[in-house]
Amino acid sequence: MGDILLHILVPLVIFGFIALFTLFAVYAERKIAGFVQDRLGPMETGKYGLLQTFADILKLLQKELINPSAADKILFTVAPVVIFVAVFIGYSVVPWAPNFIPANTNTGLFFIMAVVSIDGLGILMAGWGSNNKYSLLGSIRAIAQMVSYEIPVGLSLIAAVMITQTLNLNEIAFNQGILSTEKIHFLGFWDVSEIGGIFAWNIFQAPHLIVVYVIFFVATLAECNRAPFDIPEAESELIGGFHTEYGGIRFAFVFLAEYAMMFLVAMLGVVIFLGGWNTPLPNIGALKLADWTTGLVWGIFWTFAKSLTIVGVQMWIRWTLPRFRADQLMNLCWKVMIPIAFACMAISGLWRILVMN
Amino acid sequence: MILKTTIHGFATAVKGLLLTVRHLFGAKKSRETRDIRQADYFEKQEGVTTVQFPHETMPIPEVARYQLDVEIDDCIVCDLCAKACPVDCITIESIKSPEAIGKTSDGSVKRLYAAQFDIDMAKCMYCGLCTVVCPTECITMTNQYDRSTTKLTDLIYDFGEMTDEEIAKRSEEWTRFQADKEAAKKK
Repeated sequence: MGDILLHILVPLVIFGFIALFTLFAVYAERKIAGFVQDRLGPMETGKYGLLQTFADILKLLQKELINPSAADKILFTVAPVVIFVAVFIGYSVVPWAPNFIPANTNTGLFFIMAVVSIDGLGILMAGWGSNNKYSLLGSIRAIAQMVSYEIPVGLSLIAAVMITQTLNLNEIAFNQGILSTEKIHFLGFWDVSEIGGIFAWNIFQAPHLIVVYVIFFVATLAECNRAPFDIPEAESELIGGFHTEYGGIRFAFVFLAEYAMMFLVAMLGVVIFLGGWNTPLPNIGALKLADWTTGLVWGIFWTFAKSLTIVGVQMWIRWTLPRFRADQLMNLCWKVMIPIAFACMAISGLWRILVMN
Repeated sequence: MILKTTIHGFATAVKGLLLTVRHLFGAKKSRETRDIRQADYFEKQEGVTTVQFPHETMPIPEVARYQLDVEIDDCIVCDLCAKACPVDCITIESIKSPEAIGKTSDGSVKRLYAAQFDIDMAKCMYCGLCTVVCPTECITMTNQYDRSTTKLTDLIYDFGEMTDEEIAKRSEEWTRFQADKEAAKKK
């Protein structure tokens, strides 16, 4: 009985978190956009516009559900659910703190890659079901982009997994700090198993993993259709791309999925490369900073802090760089990132055999 | 070739990112209003430019090119402003007076009553020609620009101060004067 309750409670908590995060992130996004452009952003609703996103969501909830008469009813209705659920399920296997993980599976990373790809399917359903040329164009672009960028994401993850030797995200996070069961070497020469902190993070286990992380970051940016890779949505050319016809709560779900995806890929990057819930503070002699700042609450805190920083960087990039052209997008993916990711994968293999033995 | 482009792209992206982050942290303070005649006017580029309008306003000259105002006591009802107006937004009805009514503040003699002096601000194009032609400088442009309303007719400003009875009385006065004159001529 208690088990069932837990199984119901955990998704509800995660859903609540996603909703709250989206409200916060939209506000942060608008504020960052404002500051970057020497504006103030929302200021009128509540103190410093803090209630702006609550007002927005209230507006969206009140709106009528409109079905375009030419739309494919079933696809059109189901698409936002598919898009959101695909991202939502992804949260089930990422750890928040030591052994604090909704589902501790040995194939966690593979599972995430599998379910998050369904997101693309939902977008195609939305674009096709809307029966609108803007939506269809948007979803065509989205599929082309997501299918292409799945490859560098996968390759960069393989390169990392070859070093970690496990697909279990809980174990991957464990092996990047003082709680590790294996020996950790900073850049392959300095044993930091006892020191922990920032030196024990996967990104510093081998020098090429820094490159791998950059590839992962850029490719996931494209995966979640964020600027500068937002050609599927491209407000200025396609109105809203695949979600042109959506309004009200359905649009809210598409929107929720986009921000949930942002946080999910940021968190995944943090877990695999940036130490997960491990503290960035190392043990220095008698100052056991790493020991002091490891634990359940600290773990959640570090996961949050790191992931929100990455989300912040995603927003910063969005308000700096202009949109890619479709051919530039494909060039970057197929001619640059995939070859480099392959090279990194090969280096990972050699590193594992030659250095980490 | 493509690698070169990519590296160049990354380098310029980093440059752009540094530029935006400078603005992000520069947003802690607002940009002050400064005189455009200062030599370094264009050099100080950091800080928020937004002026949160209803709460704070930009300084403007007291007689700027904004909404019109008429000092009706100084008006001699010459109709020049209505004639000069390119969009015909000024409507003036005058009633002649048998004798001089009084003097304006600059000494011109008033011989006409302004039965109606309406300016339709919705039509006004803020060219300021009416203020140029006015002989007594009673029509001026002010620093008032913030006027929003839900009714279009609210934007017709009525500067005439005469009541309906007064208008009736004055026009009757003038008709009687005319009639008297006619009668005197016939004799």
